[in-house]
Amino acid sequence: MTKSLFDRGKIDIAWCPGCGNYAILEAVKSVLADLAIPQKHIVFVSGIGQAAKLPQYLKVHYFNGLHGRALPPATGIKSVNPKLTVIAESGDGDMYGEGGNHFIHCIRRNPDITNIVHNNMVYGLTKGQASPTSSLGFHTPIQVNGVILEPFNPLAIAVALDASFVARTFTGDPTHMQKILKLAIQHKGYALVDILQPCVSFNKINTLHWFKEHTYYVDSSYNPRNRSSAFSKALEMDHFPLGVIFQNNRPTFEEQLLVYKKNKNSLITRQHDIKKLQELLLEN
Amino acid sequence: MTKKGGCDPKGVSIVLCGAAGQGIQTVESLLALLAYHTGFFVFSTKEYMSRVRGGVNSTEIRIASSPVKAYIDRIDILVALSPESILHTYHRVSKNTMILADTEAIGKIKDDSIVDIPLQKVAKTVGSPVVANTVAVGILSAMLKIPLDTVLSFVHSFFSKKKQTVVDLNISAVTKGYTIGKKLSLPPNIIEKLSSIGNQKKLMLLNGTRAISIGALTGGCSFISSYPMSPSTGVLTTLSQLSHRFDIITEQAEDEIAAINMALGASYAGARSMVTTSGGGFALMIEGVSLAGMLEQPVVIHVAQRPGPATGLPTRTEQADLELVLYAGHGEFPRVIYTPGTVLEGIQLTHKAFNMADAYQIPVFVLTDQYFVDSYYSSEPVDITTLSNEYYVETTTKRYNRYALNKSGISPRGIPGQGTGLVAVDSDEHDETGRITEDVHMRSQMVEKRLKKLKEIKKEAVPPTFIGKKNCSTLVICWGSTIHIVNEAVECLDDDTVGILHCSQVYPLHPDVKKYLSKISLGICVENNATGQFQRLLFRETGIMVEHKILQYNGLPFSVETIYSQLHQLLRGG
Ligand SMILES: Cc1ncc(C[n+]2csc(CCOP(=O)(O)OP(=O)(O)O)c2C)c(N)n1
Ligand code: SF4
Ligand SMILES: [Mg+2]
Repeated sequence: MTKSLFDRGKIDIAWCPGCGNYAILEAVKSVLADLAIPQKHIVFVSGIGQAAKLPQYLKVHYFNGLHGRALPPATGIKSVNPKLTVIAESGDGDMYGEGGNHFIHCIRRNPDITNIVHNNMVYGLTKGQASPTSSLGFHTPIQVNGVILEPFNPLAIAVALDASFVARTFTGDPTHMQKILKLAIQHKGYALVDILQPCVSFNKINTLHWFKEHTYYVDSSYNPRNRSSAFSKALEMDHFPLGVIFQNNRPTFEEQLLVYKKNKNSLITRQHDIKKLQELLLEN
Repeated sequence: MTKKGGCDPKGVSIVLCGAAGQGIQTVESLLALLAYHTGFFVFSTKEYMSRVRGGVNSTEIRIASSPVKAYIDRIDILVALSPESILHTYHRVSKNTMILADTEAIGKIKDDSIVDIPLQKVAKTVGSPVVANTVAVGILSAMLKIPLDTVLSFVHSFFSKKKQTVVDLNISAVTKGYTIGKKLSLPPNIIEKLSSIGNQKKLMLLNGTRAISIGALTGGCSFISSYPMSPSTGVLTTLSQLSHRFDIITEQAEDEIAAINMALGASYAGARSMVTTSGGGFALMIEGVSLAGMLEQPVVIHVAQRPGPATGLPTRTEQADLELVLYAGHGEFPRVIYTPGTVLEGIQLTHKAFNMADAYQIPVFVLTDQYFVDSYYSSEPVDITTLSNEYYVETTTKRYNRYALNKSGISPRGIPGQGTGLVAVDSDEHDETGRITEDVHMRSQMVEKRLKKLKEIKKEAVPPTFIGKKNCSTLVICWGSTIHIVNEAVECLDDDTVGILHCSQVYPLHPDVKKYLSKISLGICVENNATGQFQRLLFRETGIMVEHKILQYNGLPFSVETIYSQLHQLLRGG
């Protein structure tokens, strides 16, 4: 498959020039093409924010829902039609802030979906307020004395919850980003990909250069199947490790649903037997 | 005193009163089911505190040879299981009430009219104090003159899934109770009522919860995600239990926000989906309701009302969320609100809700309350095999546009994976393809597209139910669960000039509502709330202000006697 299949041609893109979101969009297209998943089986689900506009710029099915609420519809979609490849993506504010409760419980539920988070450590669309991942001391028009809340550590939380796939990558390395996204989509179960992404307009601290200085690649000897070492790895915040941090083979949400125990077909093709319902009426 | 101005509802009213955890529920289900299996018409309703142990709760079971479907104040037989029971029911007890009490449990109360029934003692002699409730069932069934072999075979089958020792224990308990009951002489007024009871053919016994659940399955529901909240949880529980027999995904979400968003995802993927919730939980879903409006994504929302504001009275009843549901969701988009009053309507309207949601791609509400969902109603069996479903999902083609503009405002709905087109839905204002837009012309077109569906929706409105003589001058107007109560009260009035108008669809209203309202000289709205929300809705929609209202907002359902006496006072000045 070629990348251009997902191109929407000449369209108006709402991102600032130089924004890391462009690199993510290109990486996503390449990976989808590489994996050769039929277009009609790919569904993107997003919330609201600059990051959450990504599906609008792709030729795929999408459900662009509410701020913070991408994971619940993604779970609903996957459970009704497990044949679909479902990718939920949004910004750090959306996924870790407004949608924090869904983030936690979606990991526990473990639907076979990919969760891409564009982590620019700031609220882009609403023009530069602190996000859950903003660094201590980060100044904004609201956090006038700098952020005093401890930064949210999505990877540590995911590992603590025994997430089935936890990874981090960086827009500054498209090859790495593609490799990680591919592994995440191929992984059976919930897969978190936190993508460090510079926001050129509202985050003058965590720039492309800053990220380069404050990240490193986990080496080939690193074993992502060991939860304790994964947890230590995830706790590293001075220099963010890049790569697959943790992975396991937990059963997925949908494969454990009663409706698929005997019948593997999507739920939508089935109908209830009205005669059985009539009998139910008189049962007591 | 209970006998209010000549309203003396038919049948026998048995009230069981005791603490939470004392097993009133077991007596209720055993006795109500037994009476139902014997062929009586049965109605039962409970009022209970929001706690798991202690407090004081009561259940009313009405048994009659013709249909009874409403809560009454009058108590014919009171079974008092705890010391607080007597005080709790005091205002409903008259000199004709027979009080049965286990004096060991409630303590010695100096009152000759109390008949001692040694439930605990008998239960212990049988082998276990837990079967005290079964002893009570034995006593009551003997008093109701249900043949012993009917009682025994019922108890046998009721406990058939339990261990043999449990079955034996309950059989001995019910037999011992039966012997006691046979010796109890009843006051003459009760004997008279009992003798009027006869055997009937096989009836249907359903509570509102089960009606809504069966209605949902009938409407093709294959996905429900919700978060537990009394009194709405029963629908999630019932459907979960039925998921062994019907293809349905039932999921307890992490919160109500997740619940409705999951249901919308499921709907987008092609399932017929619903949520069940109550006031506070619904408040959390409201952004999702608006999303359904914008995405034009079908979803059915069951809201079982309980008294608010905030946590209010979690286990009690009220009809005060009509305006919440009517206005829920920012922005302007169409919706439908059904308010079933009978269990049959509960089934039919929930079925219809799924078909309307799909046909018009809108959120559809089924608005009930604690009284409706928790009460058991027996009635003649109905045939639901004629309830069919219309499916509207289309197979997409390459040029598919999710929001294609057309005359009706209803764009063909595709789902991902079915056809060659791409299905894009967007909570931002969008163009025909589903892409975000700020084009002012497109914005206006999309607003109009969404709103013009209401015109067709109105044509499918469910007409109100009118009961009474054609040219009556007074109308008692009600909605939702109060219908049977109002009906019995008005029957008691025995006045040809008084009719009833019940709305099981409160929005949009059927045009007949206005016709009825404009013909009468006096209108009275009966509502389980403090401000007359339906009265205001009627005014908003018809321009007619119904002048009187009978309201109650203490957390309890209206009783037949209360409505009767208030109507009596309004119409005849006392
Ligand atoms: C319920 C709700 N609250 C607030 C907003 C406003 N809002 C839109 S996007 C956003 C934050 C965006 O930050 P992030 O998710 O990190 O995305 P980014 O723009 O940085 O990519 C906020 C607060 C909204 N749309 N909905
Ligand atoms: S605001 Fe920041 S994140 Fe958003 S498009 Fe501009 S640079 Fe990118
Ligand atoms: Mg952000």
